Amino acid sequence: MATRYLGAAVRRVEDSRLLKGEGCYLDDLALPAGLETAFVRSTIAHGLIRAVDASAARALPGVLAVYLAEDLGPSARRPMPLAAPHPLLTQPRTQAPLATDEVCYVGQPIALVVADNRYIAEDAAALVAIDYDPLPVITDCRRALDSAAALAHRGADHNRAATLTARFGDAAAAFAGAAFSVVERIEMERGGAHSMEGRGVAAMPSPDGMGITLWSSTQAPYMIRRLLAAHLDWDESRIRVIAPDVGGGFGPKAVFYPEEVVIPLAALRLRRPVRWVEDRREHFQATTQQRLQAWDVEVAADVAGRLIAIRGRGVHDAGAFVPYGVLLPLSSLWPFPGPYALEALDLSLDVVFTNMVPTSPVRGAGRPYANFVIERLVDRVADALALDRAEIRRRNFIPRDKFPYATGMTYRDGSKVTYDSGDFEACLTEAMRRAEYADFATRRAAAAERGLRRGIGLASYVEDTGAGPFEGVSVRVLPNGRVHAVTSAASQGQGHATIIAQICADALGISPDLVTVTSADTDALAYGMGTYGSRVAVAAGSSALNAAAAVRAKALRLAASLLQCASDDLTIAEGRIVRRSGPADTGLDLALLAARLAGTPGIPLPDGFAPGLEATDYAPIAATATASGTHIAEVEVDPATGAVAVVAYVVAHDCGNVLNPLLVDGQILGGVVHGIGNALFEQMVYDPTGQPLSSNYGEYLLPLASEMPRIDIAHIETPSPHNPLGAKGAGEGGTIPAAAALISALEDALRGEGARFSKHPVSPEDVIEAIQLGRCVREVVPSASPGGGLLEIAGG
Amino acid sequence: MSELHAIALAVNGRKVDAKVEPRRLLADFLRRDLDLTGTHIGCEHGVCGACTILVDGVPVRSCLMFAVQADGCEVVTIEGLAGEDGRLSPLQQEFREHHALQCGFCTPGVLISLTGLLDASPDPDEATIRDVVSGHICRCTGYQAMIAAARAVGGRVASGRS
Ligand code: FES
Ligand code: FES
Repeated sequence: MATRYLGAAVRRVEDSRLLKGEGCYLDDLALPAGLETAFVRSTIAHGLIRAVDASAARALPGVLAVYLAEDLGPSARRPMPLAAPHPLLTQPRTQAPLATDEVCYVGQPIALVVADNRYIAEDAAALVAIDYDPLPVITDCRRALDSAAALAHRGADHNRAATLTARFGDAAAAFAGAAFSVVERIEMERGGAHSMEGRGVAAMPSPDGMGITLWSSTQAPYMIRRLLAAHLDWDESRIRVIAPDVGGGFGPKAVFYPEEVVIPLAALRLRRPVRWVEDRREHFQATTQQRLQAWDVEVAADVAGRLIAIRGRGVHDAGAFVPYGVLLPLSSLWPFPGPYALEALDLSLDVVFTNMVPTSPVRGAGRPYANFVIERLVDRVADALALDRAEIRRRNFIPRDKFPYATGMTYRDGSKVTYDSGDFEACLTEAMRRAEYADFATRRAAAAERGLRRGIGLASYVEDTGAGPFEGVSVRVLPNGRVHAVTSAASQGQGHATIIAQICADALGISPDLVTVTSADTDALAYGMGTYGSRVAVAAGSSALNAAAAVRAKALRLAASLLQCASDDLTIAEGRIVRRSGPADTGLDLALLAARLAGTPGIPLPDGFAPGLEATDYAPIAATATASGTHIAEVEVDPATGAVAVVAYVVAHDCGNVLNPLLVDGQILGGVVHGIGNALFEQMVYDPTGQPLSSNYGEYLLPLASEMPRIDIAHIETPSPHNPLGAKGAGEGGTIPAAAALISALEDALRGEGARFSKHPVSPEDVIEAIQLGRCVREVVPSASPGGGLLEIAGG
Repeated sequence: MSELHAIALAVNGRKVDAKVEPRRLLADFLRRDLDLTGTHIGCEHGVCGACTILVDGVPVRSCLMFAVQADGCEVVTIEGLAGEDGRLSPLQQEFREHHALQCGFCTPGVLISLTGLLDASPDPDEATIRDVVSGHICRCTGYQAMIAAARAVGGRVASGRS
């Protein structure tokens, strides 16, 4: 089959509707006689609920019900199922949909008000009086394992949820034999996802009361169905989950939340549709967050700047519960040692509970943590040796002839972390060319004349993408010749429908505009996973390719049998079956063939043909596809104000075969901006009592158009051997190295001052402080014995 | 609840008479009472810009305005940008061309603000466009393509609305 559309910048099939305001997001669903709700949430970070008085709320006109846990039966009170159990998780704590006695974070749901409309629901929620007995609070994960630390959960022995380790080689010997080593403390603050549409759930009982339809603004409708069925002890077949248009996901919308249990329970009780839509304040309080990790790490190297080993200890803030088990902290270990070949690695990571909203993957999941740690260390070694930051990377890259390359790490299923393909040096070289790296000194000098400090920095990365085991797609030619493709993968704006339409269009010789793609309805396809980890183009794309090819083969087989020729003699062009040789026209088109296989009463199907011009495929995805690349950032710092302007940004990215450059670039741009937000702006601030001090967009800064540089993107394509498209994921690679690249540039800008930054976000105050404290670059001290003679560079 | 107030306004060229509570937000009035769900609510505190509509030709946050304040006004929402026949406005068309939207949730507000800008000054420079776009939060696109789309329209034919 010729690829006419795959690989081309096909405009999105999703757009016309969305541009006209005809999208249908959760809050737009027209639910007959639907009720609206407001949750009553804990206002303290830790305490016991002594009494709840909901009488005034219940008495308010327009209120149908105020439900406490005790009102909704045992499934409102028991802990929710763990999405990803793990043997190292020693305290697998999940929350009950509604808190019964103990609350462990501000924002934890305690009661639900159901009313005629949201105004009344909120009025009533404010009338629910809760009497608490406060308990001691832990908010600083770095102190959570101190013997004197407050306990995040009453009666627990300690705050440790798990200790994860990752090691290969003999780190102690590697450090002992190294020329020198550098130690560093690295910290990354909590940030949020901030999809512009908050979360939302609506539920409608089936007319017979036996089943329920749930709409959720989720990334993983099949997981919601499975976990909800498990929690309610229902057959999955009684639950239908649909994700309508979803206004951004970024990770937290792949979590199974209390609201996804409470809303259906309320709907079942009231026998009416019930909806809850998260407001922005709730998003700050009750949607999972990410990016608090603190590390003490050390890297050993030789005098040529060859990295030999990394060792260290980290702590990961799980928040109050672990709905996702230890998936997030685990995924911050797999990406070590990044694109570099190391002899040894020895890491241990304590996952601890705190009295804040749980953490979950957010764009990049654990990979941005790992990248920030690795790239800071690489920069430190470069600085210690006065080596160029690009050169040190080049010296340490896994060379292109070493793929597939097993890093020495293992995934949670025990398989070896193996990079399938890549050309790290090509990405670096292309990024440097586009960034005009060689001429940077001129630009620095020009900036200095304006009183500004200009710096350039870079970060390289790998990303395991396209996780298995599968995602389903079914492709059906309708009797009118249009094509309907159904996928289990939910979309939050990535453009899945367009990719699938491109694939179907090539296979069936039609225009992508003739393909309608629907997704994320658990009744439409038996099995599915979800949208996370940059996997849909790989997993659903492969299934679409197989399904469309099967449909094409069936169409040609049917045409051949009708025409009494060999199917090899036929092909499809513009939806018509044509002969490859002789007179082209056969008088057959896809519509006719589809109508024939759709059946006519009393008329048998052609011999040997099953009904329907359709096929369903679940392409198995056995191994990850390794995306990689290098980002180069250029910044200007105003030493008087500490303001940082990102003046240029280059991405050289390898996501295998580019299926649609328009969409891939869009994913990268969005990802980079998220990473710039992490580097310079985004931080959830909590006071010591666990009150979130960031609860609106005046107190939590997101990157805006005014702060964004022009971002230049180059594609290097090393196809993945593991899927028929040769594709690799592209959704997160933009975010993963962005903070590291930017902060590298910031340090470079203040090189004269000897400033060091080992945390993010970096605020203007931090910049000023770094300038004022100005640390001198230290000498390289050869290490005589293990742990001795460390070259110590304190972090920010 | 509090008493209802009668209001009369024009929405996308159509006359609307309604009775609303004084506290009813214009955004909720449009979405719930008029079923114009293209106006989105992203923050409810005036920062994200998702709820932006034109009131008497000027972009405003419909989450910061009460429905009663729109009495006597002419309101245009995202549903009013495309032609009667469903044809996209040039700005909408360029958004599609440049891939200036992903999830599409912020998009109606951005389109309205840029329409307001292009109506007022048909060929804005990049700095002006960037300034207008910076009144919106988009978590998906990184903004770059929106700015390119607006530039592509600039100088040609304003927003295409009469
Ligand atoms: S919803 Fe109105 S500005 Fe955000
Ligand atoms: S397109 Fe998703 S928030 Fe802008």
